[in-house]
Amino acid sequence: MKTRFSLGQLAVWGLVAVVIALPPLVKNNYQIFVVTLIGLYTMLTVGLSLVMGFAGQVSLGHATFYGIGAYAAALLSAMFGLPSWLALILATALTGLIGFFIGIPIFRLRGHYLAMATLGLNVIFSLIIKNEADITGGPSGFAHIPPLSVGGFVFDSDTKMYYIVWFMALATLFISMNVVNSRVGRALRAIHTSEVAAEALGVDANTYKLRVFALAAGFAGLSGALYAQAIHFISPSSFDILVSVELVTMTAIGGLASVWGSVFGAAAVVFLGQFIRDRMNELLEGASGEQEIIVFGLILVVIMVFMPEGVTAGGMKLLRRLRMER
Amino acid sequence: MTFTEQLAQFIVSGITQGSIYALIALGFVTIYNVTGIINFSQGEFAVIGAFIAITVAQKVNLFRGQFDVELEWPVPVAALIGVGGAVLVGVLLYRLGIQPARHASTLSQIVATIGASIALRGLVLLAWGTDPYRIPPFTQGKPFKILGAVITRQSVWVMGLTVVVVVALFLFFQYTLIGKALRASAANPGAARLMGINTRRMGLIAFALSAGLGALGGIVITPVTFMTYDRGLMLALKGFVAMIMGGLTSPFGAVVGGLALGIVESLAAGLISSGYKDAFAFAVLFVVLLVRLGGVFKRGSGEALERAGL
Repeated sequence: MKTRFSLGQLAVWGLVAVVIALPPLVKNNYQIFVVTLIGLYTMLTVGLSLVMGFAGQVSLGHATFYGIGAYAAALLSAMFGLPSWLALILATALTGLIGFFIGIPIFRLRGHYLAMATLGLNVIFSLIIKNEADITGGPSGFAHIPPLSVGGFVFDSDTKMYYIVWFMALATLFISMNVVNSRVGRALRAIHTSEVAAEALGVDANTYKLRVFALAAGFAGLSGALYAQAIHFISPSSFDILVSVELVTMTAIGGLASVWGSVFGAAAVVFLGQFIRDRMNELLEGASGEQEIIVFGLILVVIMVFMPEGVTAGGMKLLRRLRMER
Repeated sequence: MTFTEQLAQFIVSGITQGSIYALIALGFVTIYNVTGIINFSQGEFAVIGAFIAITVAQKVNLFRGQFDVELEWPVPVAALIGVGGAVLVGVLLYRLGIQPARHASTLSQIVATIGASIALRGLVLLAWGTDPYRIPPFTQGKPFKILGAVITRQSVWVMGLTVVVVVALFLFFQYTLIGKALRASAANPGAARLMGINTRRMGLIAFALSAGLGALGGIVITPVTFMTYDRGLMLALKGFVAMIMGGLTSPFGAVVGGLALGIVESLAAGLISSGYKDAFAFAVLFVVLLVRLGGVFKRGSGEALERAGL
């Protein structure tokens, strides 16, 4: 047990080192932006893995909270003129709070119902931001979102944004790690195994599920707010159901119940998406980007059917089995 | 147009649209009763069936102009081929995606069917692109008028076919051997197996049947509203809402639920706000779910609710 823990710590510091060292090694601004995007998705994925992997609750509408954070940050700073760092904090807190209050009725549902309800939540959110054009800019999007600035220091370059995003992403990873290894984490795993048994032992399942859901919503809000402040423009298509499914794909690839797998899952999907888009363009001229969902869909099916613990754990198991057979 | 005429018109278009929800909900109920799975890719059957029918019925170019198809066969033949194609997709989906995961957790099964839905949607997008398509109505002619509401001939087709399908399905489940075996697997899979019923084959038949139902719905509605590659998920969600309204396990309830949802949606879109048309279905869903009835029309059986985790 002890060696495994230190191995985990090694991986943590390895990741921190890579994050710090990466920008000087990468010359291209676009590549920096892509890695920043992975950081943003990591915050979303790690929250989702807490909800799905540890609490065992389906959420197919996580992009809703990503969107709430983004639009809240945009509105607070561009419309109400708050300083952007305050908008970031308020947007994060607000999204967590909204997650908590949405969670109260929604977590009375389970299984298929919960899945459908979370999908429905995402549909309703998309409709609201498309229809309330006076506030949100509607389908054409919300532009001119001020960049993040703290005490006169403006995060106005891709590299600066990269560092703040990954600082936050690592923070969410550390928080999640602590949650998982705490009383809450043990309670969550108990709920996942058997909710009835956990409740019989005095674990108040609903409260724990709610808290984790609110935490994941807060992470998503933070990610959304940073996204808005990084690219200064947001539109409904960045927060629709397909994005939610993409987030589930990331979580599934990293392993539903794996905090550090989130980074891997987010990176795999972002790079894979890019790769497929490039190849598609060569194969079929003018093919639009959304077609990569075929591959993501197939990946989801294959992972869920053959290695529900995620690619890393599932791959290890497969390797072991092959070795045994030989 | 007077208010009553307007109201009548909303109800007619609600019933037309609701028939499609009813067919998809029937598919949901069939699969759920036999396998205990909610198939989130149900709506894609409607889309794929419709696109196959479109391709057979008129000139279409596929894969961004790589292939030109100029069959232009008559619409009824195209409809049959569309249904057949969707059934094939349903069978493949069950064999490759559902059957291997039948012992997986509910969460895994949900995510797998969502994955299948997204993959199928991508496939349709790749082959047919983002353009909306339609096929000519099944029969030409002037629309009818009842109480001031205009009823197109295609609407009559939609409603008529829905009635025919519901009756045929009832007869199938009640009087044929396969129908009885399906009901037996739904009621008690263990006992059904002991009686020599191959429950796995029953699962396959359930998927084939509901793929056919969904495809039929998609094909008959295509002359009324255009078909686009991205309609599947929304159709599935609406079908699921209809299924829940109808009490989860009841085929009759699913049909009534579908029609009711269509009418509610049409009235709400017409009288309240058309921009939020799709939101009303979910408003209904949340109300029904949170009141925790087993549906408006019939309390679902205890076992089915247990399986769904309620």
